[in-house]
Amino acid sequence: MAVLRVASVDHVSTAPLRLVTAEDRHVQIASTIAVPTIENEAQLKALIASLSGVDAVGAEARAAKLSTRSIKKSTKLAAIEMAISMIDLTTLEGADTPGRVASLCTKAMRPDPRDLTVPSVAAVCVYPDLVAHARSVLGSSPVAVASVATAFPSGRASLQVKLMDVRDAVVAGADEIDMVIDRGAFLSGRLGQVFDEVVAVKEACGDAHLKVILETGELVTYDNVRRASWVAMLGGADFIKTSTGKVTVNATLPNALVMLEAVRDFAETAGRTVGVKVAGGIRTSKDAIRYLVVVNETVGSTWLTPRLFRLGASSLLNDLLMQRLKQQRGAYVRADEFSGD
Amino acid sequence: MSDARLDVRKTYKLLINGAFPRSESGRSYEVTSAKGAFLANAAQGSRKDVRDAVTAARSAQAKWWNATAYNRGQVIYRLAEMAESRRDELAEHVSLAEGVNARTGQKTVSASIDRMVWYAGWTDKIAQVLGGTNPVAGPFFNFSIPVPSGVVGVISVQESSLLGFVDAVLAPICVGNTVVALASEARPTPAVLLGEMTSSSDFPGGVLNVVTGFTAELAPVLAAHEDVDGLDLSGVALEVADELAALGAGSIKRVYRPHEQESDSSLRRLRAFVETSTVWHTIGQ
Amino acid sequence: MPTCAPTNSAGTDVSDRQLANSQLGSLQYDPAPESAAIAKLRPSYGLFIDGEFSDGDAHLQFATVNPANEETLSMVTLASAVDIDRAVTVARRAYDKVWSKTTGAQRSKYLFRIARLIQERSRELAVVETLDNGKPIRESRDVDIPLAAAHFFYYAGWADKLDHAGFGAKPKPLGVAGQIIPWNFPLLMAAWKLAPALAAGNTCVLKPAETTPLSALVLAEILEQAELPPGVVNVITGDGSTGAALVDHPDVDKIAFTGSTEVGRMIQQRTASSHKHLTLELGGKGANIVFDDAPIDEMIEGIIDGIFFNQGHVCCAGSRLLVQESVADEVLRRLVRRVEQLRVGDPLDKNTDVGAINSAAQLLRIREMTDFGESEGATRYTSSCALPPKGYWFAPTVFADVAQSHRIAREEIFGPVLSVLTFRTPAEAVAKANNTNYGLACGVWSEKGSRTLWVAERLRAGVIWANTYNRFDPTSPFGGMRESGFGREGGRHGLEAYLNV
Repeated sequence: MAVLRVASVDHVSTAPLRLVTAEDRHVQIASTIAVPTIENEAQLKALIASLSGVDAVGAEARAAKLSTRSIKKSTKLAAIEMAISMIDLTTLEGADTPGRVASLCTKAMRPDPRDLTVPSVAAVCVYPDLVAHARSVLGSSPVAVASVATAFPSGRASLQVKLMDVRDAVVAGADEIDMVIDRGAFLSGRLGQVFDEVVAVKEACGDAHLKVILETGELVTYDNVRRASWVAMLGGADFIKTSTGKVTVNATLPNALVMLEAVRDFAETAGRTVGVKVAGGIRTSKDAIRYLVVVNETVGSTWLTPRLFRLGASSLLNDLLMQRLKQQRGAYVRADEFSGD
Repeated sequence: MSDARLDVRKTYKLLINGAFPRSESGRSYEVTSAKGAFLANAAQGSRKDVRDAVTAARSAQAKWWNATAYNRGQVIYRLAEMAESRRDELAEHVSLAEGVNARTGQKTVSASIDRMVWYAGWTDKIAQVLGGTNPVAGPFFNFSIPVPSGVVGVISVQESSLLGFVDAVLAPICVGNTVVALASEARPTPAVLLGEMTSSSDFPGGVLNVVTGFTAELAPVLAAHEDVDGLDLSGVALEVADELAALGAGSIKRVYRPHEQESDSSLRRLRAFVETSTVWHTIGQ
Repeated sequence: MPTCAPTNSAGTDVSDRQLANSQLGSLQYDPAPESAAIAKLRPSYGLFIDGEFSDGDAHLQFATVNPANEETLSMVTLASAVDIDRAVTVARRAYDKVWSKTTGAQRSKYLFRIARLIQERSRELAVVETLDNGKPIRESRDVDIPLAAAHFFYYAGWADKLDHAGFGAKPKPLGVAGQIIPWNFPLLMAAWKLAPALAAGNTCVLKPAETTPLSALVLAEILEQAELPPGVVNVITGDGSTGAALVDHPDVDKIAFTGSTEVGRMIQQRTASSHKHLTLELGGKGANIVFDDAPIDEMIEGIIDGIFFNQGHVCCAGSRLLVQESVADEVLRRLVRRVEQLRVGDPLDKNTDVGAINSAAQLLRIREMTDFGESEGATRYTSSCALPPKGYWFAPTVFADVAQSHRIAREEIFGPVLSVLTFRTPAEAVAKANNTNYGLACGVWSEKGSRTLWVAERLRAGVIWANTYNRFDPTSPFGGMRESGFGREGGRHGLEAYLNV
């Protein structure tokens, strides 16, 4: 029985044929704005209500499928280095001291002192009262200083107090502000208040860029995550961020997926690219790479830069360094190969 | 001079939340074989042990029910695999406990393992037999599903130290309940051994808890405990069963008493500890 | 409340300081191939009859080929009517002397063993399936093989509980079952046929598809390892003539067929005047109905999965998209974007989404139909993905502006080609979905439960997926209405096909 040989040839047709090109896979950032200016809460609520719901089963299935991507060899090395450059190296403990922060900053600038080809991280992330010290240790290094603010992590204080928190951090030299939304206001339906606070904080930021923490673990449903993402973006967020890292459930792949979809849709209707930061519970290189895959396959290469994607983590950095070394040496390495902090 | 090797004797402890503690009371009691030879100082469980077991069963129940039916079936089937691979040990325990010969012991073990396999295959089918859609007279989608009652207290039959125990504990477990079982007072060792096997067969901690000790002391505690949803009274005499059933009425427990001749393929045990939950959903454009 | 005027800035230039250090922009996945050697294929296979492999009576063999590169994988035997007769005789004897005397509890344990062995050899089976069929290894590994094992696990549990299956006390098997399966899910279809038949107490003669015999042959090895009594299952490879001989054999009590409606029709004709029980699982032209309130991102994934999963070689594929007109443009835009992201290529690469077309014949059929689609005036969108130079490949394609009367809206293409039509009201959606002689599967996408249920009630389809698609489970009955066939596989209902009730 002969095997029919058929070559896969493009054939020419005369019927209407809309050529699909590689460009079609990309996010089309809108040149004309298709999102109304928000003038009052009713308008905001109407816009939010018009957003599509999220089917939890479908979203989780998509995230799980993306987790099966097999990232090996040179892709893995590139992903590891990309991840390192996207880290906001974080210390947010009551027990933080100038010594601790100095140690962190040194590591941030030079994660592996024996190998200067390792990129520095994107930023360090600290409490407002340690910003000045971090700034002085970092000097003119390209590593940015991100400060949490607005009564992090709970956000439970008056707007006045929260704005003062922001201003102090900015005056002290913060390049980036990570604020928290008022989850109580959100969950009780006061979207206007959430929006107003984002706008006010953005103004108080001055030149600093603003990350808005949604606290997805407290919002619970993916519908809420989508809605909160939009409120934050409409309010002027430069980044939307999953979590404070201080609650039981922090960053998860499905939440990141929903936020990236929101960011994509926002870019296509409002013409502005907003970044995404995932934070809390990301410990291994495998985790980090999974997030990069989700970014890659949801919004594409435009977002694969520290300007638009960040990983808020602390112990992750060492795992990335270990994996990088393992790729180079071809054998598993010890944790003590790298500094503890 | 004999070089006879001294063996390492086994301690028979309780099974609570996947761990093997002694009784919190520190007590133990002597368990002998049917022929009177010393077998073990088994833990003499106390009311506090029963309390702890119920707590463990309660906290494990939601997660056990949330696992897929397929997963629950796999877990129970793996228990059968474990039991099969350790059948000689089980048979020896049965022979000693029940005073039967080796061949009968082996037959009992075979029957017990086949029973485990039977229950393993029910987890993903019982809903199709006990549940279904109901053709209500209106534009509603209406369906009934069997959900587990919750935590079931089992007073295991006294004579059948393995087969009776397997029947009593696996029936509620396979439909999604978690179990606190009082093993046979005089013949607890096969049940304890089976409990050990659940630990090496993917059973989450707390799904099966086994307390050994005096039935007369512990049964009323279990029967009166308000956080126990169901009661299997196989292991007590008729009059005692009546008293315990009355105690159980305090929190409206579902009470199961075995029939004289219960057929092997009867579903009574499975039906005893499920609740029928019925959902209505409108149908319209 | 202050106004929000979105700006065009994408962050301040503070983070531009990072540009020097960052790896910008792209994450190209290196090849991540699974190893073909894991398949442990033999250079040739005989017929599995009476518990062992033996040559065919006429000593004829044919090649089975890897559709991704057209290379020969192995030689398998072309069974003749003589071989079929031997197999049926053996199956009859095994039924009379052994299997009909085997208790349900024993049958149960054989099936549990088979399920376990499939789990243990799952990686090997996944690679075999991908090599022989052309489907991505990720699908064989994550869908085909686990479902096959689960199917055996499920029916293992029925073997000793037939009294409770709702068919009366002590229902009896039919006897010898002749089972003919297709090439799209080779091992899974073998599991769907064998598991309930054996649980119910029948013996089997299984005829795998001509282009995908290998996983059934490895399954035969597994049956040997499980020590299933000889003759209870026999695996007979061959072509259409082999299948015909099985259908025509007078000592077969039951024929179960999954395949095209065309062949199903022939089988029904040929068995009409015989005593044989028959179940058929045939073709379909599934409609995926999308309402304006569908959860948009999950719906796009569901449409994509509905037609491009398994390269569209799925009888229940959502090959028609019926989208509410008010959202049609937006849905199409997102669909095209998503299609472009599909990774088409080496099926053994773990990152491949869409694999090879199973055969040259099927590829020809797909091309014919898409040519029709174009000539009928539909607008064609085809992914710009590069296709490998050898093997049978078709780039994922979407046709928009399709009319109900177009051939591509009515005929089963069985390939990665989606036809998009619109509707205005729920009733119109139902009418369009039902306007076909098929009746296998449909999808409904909406967040409004009452409407989903209203539509589901009115759809003439054996399987309806709401806010999902292509979900299979051994507990869930699967099968068609009208020309998509009759009989159900899976669930309690799946036992009926193999019991004398």
